[in-house]
Amino acid sequence: MNPLLKSIFSTSFLFSVLRVATPIIFPALGVAISSLSGSTNIALEGIMLVSAFTGVIVSAFTQNLWLSLIAGISAGVLIALILGYFSLKLKADIILAAIALNLFASGITVFLLYIFAHDKGVSSSLKSLVFPTIKLGLLSKIPILGGILDNQNILVYIAFLSVIIYYVIVFHTPLGLKIRAVGLNPDAASSVGINVVRIKLYALILSGVFGALGGLYLSMGYVSWFGRDMTAGRGFIAIAASSIGGNMPLGTFLGSLLFGIVYALANFLAPINIPSEIIQVIPYIVTVLVLTIYSARSVKEKEVGEE
Amino acid sequence: MAIAISLRDIVKVYPNGVVANKKVNLDIEEKTIHAIVGENGAGKSTLMKIIFGVEMPQEGEIYVKGKKVTFKTPMEAIKSGIGMVHQHLMLAEDLTVVENLTLGIEPRKFKIFLDKKEMNNLAKKYIEKYKIEVPLEKKIKELPIGLKQRVEILKALLRNADILILDEPTAVLTPQETEVLFKSLKELKEQGKTIIFISHKLKEVKEIADKVTIMRDGKVIATDDASNLSEHDIARLMVGREVSFERIEESRHIGNVALKVENLSYFNREKIQVLKNINFEVREGEIVGIAGVEGNGQTELVEILTGLREASSGAVYVLGQNIVNKSVREIREMGVSHIPEDRMKNGVADKAKVKENLISDRYYKNNFSKMGILNYEYIDGASNELVKRFNILAPSIEAPVNALSGGNIQKVVVARELSSNPKVIIASQPVRGIDVGSEELVHNFIKDARDSGCAVLLVSADLDEILKLSTRILVIYNGEIVKSFDKVEGLTGVDLGPYMLGLKRGE
Repeated sequence: MNPLLKSIFSTSFLFSVLRVATPIIFPALGVAISSLSGSTNIALEGIMLVSAFTGVIVSAFTQNLWLSLIAGISAGVLIALILGYFSLKLKADIILAAIALNLFASGITVFLLYIFAHDKGVSSSLKSLVFPTIKLGLLSKIPILGGILDNQNILVYIAFLSVIIYYVIVFHTPLGLKIRAVGLNPDAASSVGINVVRIKLYALILSGVFGALGGLYLSMGYVSWFGRDMTAGRGFIAIAASSIGGNMPLGTFLGSLLFGIVYALANFLAPINIPSEIIQVIPYIVTVLVLTIYSARSVKEKEVGEE
Repeated sequence: MAIAISLRDIVKVYPNGVVANKKVNLDIEEKTIHAIVGENGAGKSTLMKIIFGVEMPQEGEIYVKGKKVTFKTPMEAIKSGIGMVHQHLMLAEDLTVVENLTLGIEPRKFKIFLDKKEMNNLAKKYIEKYKIEVPLEKKIKELPIGLKQRVEILKALLRNADILILDEPTAVLTPQETEVLFKSLKELKEQGKTIIFISHKLKEVKEIADKVTIMRDGKVIATDDASNLSEHDIARLMVGREVSFERIEESRHIGNVALKVENLSYFNREKIQVLKNINFEVREGEIVGIAGVEGNGQTELVEILTGLREASSGAVYVLGQNIVNKSVREIREMGVSHIPEDRMKNGVADKAKVKENLISDRYYKNNFSKMGILNYEYIDGASNELVKRFNILAPSIEAPVNALSGGNIQKVVVARELSSNPKVIIASQPVRGIDVGSEELVHNFIKDARDSGCAVLLVSADLDEILKLSTRILVIYNGEIVKSFDKVEGLTGVDLGPYMLGLKRGE
């Protein structure tokens, strides 16, 4: 067997898929829940960046993981709240507000990085923490599955758990029902006394929490430092992943996994003799392709629906 | 009898200065069906919005069951036992029926989870109590409009509404669905509910209402027992003058064939045959009416004739020229005009100006634009002339078309379509949802077009309209022309009914 193919069909490849899919699963859930409420949050990029940064700084100065977790989530939720304030309260266009926040996040993190770490690129001069990995012990002996799951970061497991939590919130709580109702027909929702703005804000807050977890994983699990613009478009790829999945839990998860596979593939292809620029561009090309196929299909479905 | 709602000297002035209600007094008796009729802009919708807490009046008092109230939001009205079924239904299409029914009042498990079983039980309780059947597990978007409306009524009942306001509930229903609705409303009345029913359709008002209030120009003109008023009386009071229900005069001159449909068939994407081998022709100077219950292929037929949809087989000739594979613009330039069934979807761009809508089919032509630049001087002149000629009530030609009432929006469409020197007019539900006054105007415009030699194809679900205007009538059922009546004089709905329902067919 070709050694390249062999490495792709190995457990270490699948291990890597989960590892790289995690920072897409989180923001994808964030995009999904906000989309369900009818105000799509495209500021996940900025939310992840700010949380990733906050987590690293707080852990470096407190050496406490719990505090870092809380601070990281709070920072993400704060960005979501600002987005909510602009779009829901001041009625600014949510897309423009989100773009502004993404740019702001990129700038402020570099600025503060320089203040705290005296470096405009990476935080490696700071002694920041990482979230623990889970050792499966005896369970790691299970063929294939053991190899894929053993030694994964705890946030990878939490990403799986989040998909289930997302499912429960959306389909089994009054909040989820209201979020869906508000997204589908805000007039109908408000006609039965639902406060549309409040429900949309709750959805944005939840999307901030999901995004924050994604950001924390990036800087405190995936790697152990913060780097400028380290999200590298994952917050946008998450939009693609959730829209492939129709904002549904399983679909969004599978969509994220698809991009995880593409990323992992790009990593595995790196050693062979192709210019690395081409390999690095693969995930983005796939994003465009998938979105094209996806929208062509949904246009067709729409036409059928109109018959 | 006890009074459910009493309005005293209600005055409502909108911020733009329109006085919608001028000292309105109205008493709605408990356990009656009370119809409120009036032309568009007569102030009845505003009055309902005031009762339901959507709008607040500047002056006047509202009493619900003898208690004075001031509603600032619909929620307060709902809490006082008032429910409203809006014309544009307030349902989330992608949620199931039971989710829509219980939205906002969901039973919970452990405080934070939905109790799906209890949600079902709650809905079932009300379904049984009021005998209003709805499929609980289906999504709203899978239901026909009549069922959606039933969900809306049930939704109000679930919130303990005693007084139900229905805003033109029959405008979107087929005759069969209307019948079912009326049965439900009567049942609700039996069970002690009070129903306020807004309508344009006088026949229905006579059929269902105990009491009728007629509004005109923001005022209540009369309130009386329905049995004391004839349809003619109501129409006269509504419009303020005599309205004709007579058949229009017969065509004087019938000329050559202008529109010819030959062996036309159409299969939709699901491979269902929607149109089956349709053949007919329309001559200059005649109106051919297509009667049928909606959804029997009329929409598809009209869209094929106007180039919006491609036929599967067969041919359509306009003045002898086949229009198959021609673009909409080419077909229009051959002299075909189209008054579409849904004016907001296909008739106008709702946020665009009146004048922009009036020229949307001719903006590229000489005079309207020169070398690709719009000539506004000419456009304004032409638009003002159309507004005058077609009696369009608009603040100005610069106003967005959605600021107009339904009747006047329809007049904008009719003005554009009839002023392009058409040879063939395809008119689909031309007076749907508009008031009696505008209806008469639109019908007159169509008659004038006929008399000037146009061939008119009139597609309508409203039998009275078909019987009033048509020179000949074709009945469509299940995608087939099942009967043709060459003489319309003396025909009634009873003659057409069995063919429309597929019980009978012609030779």
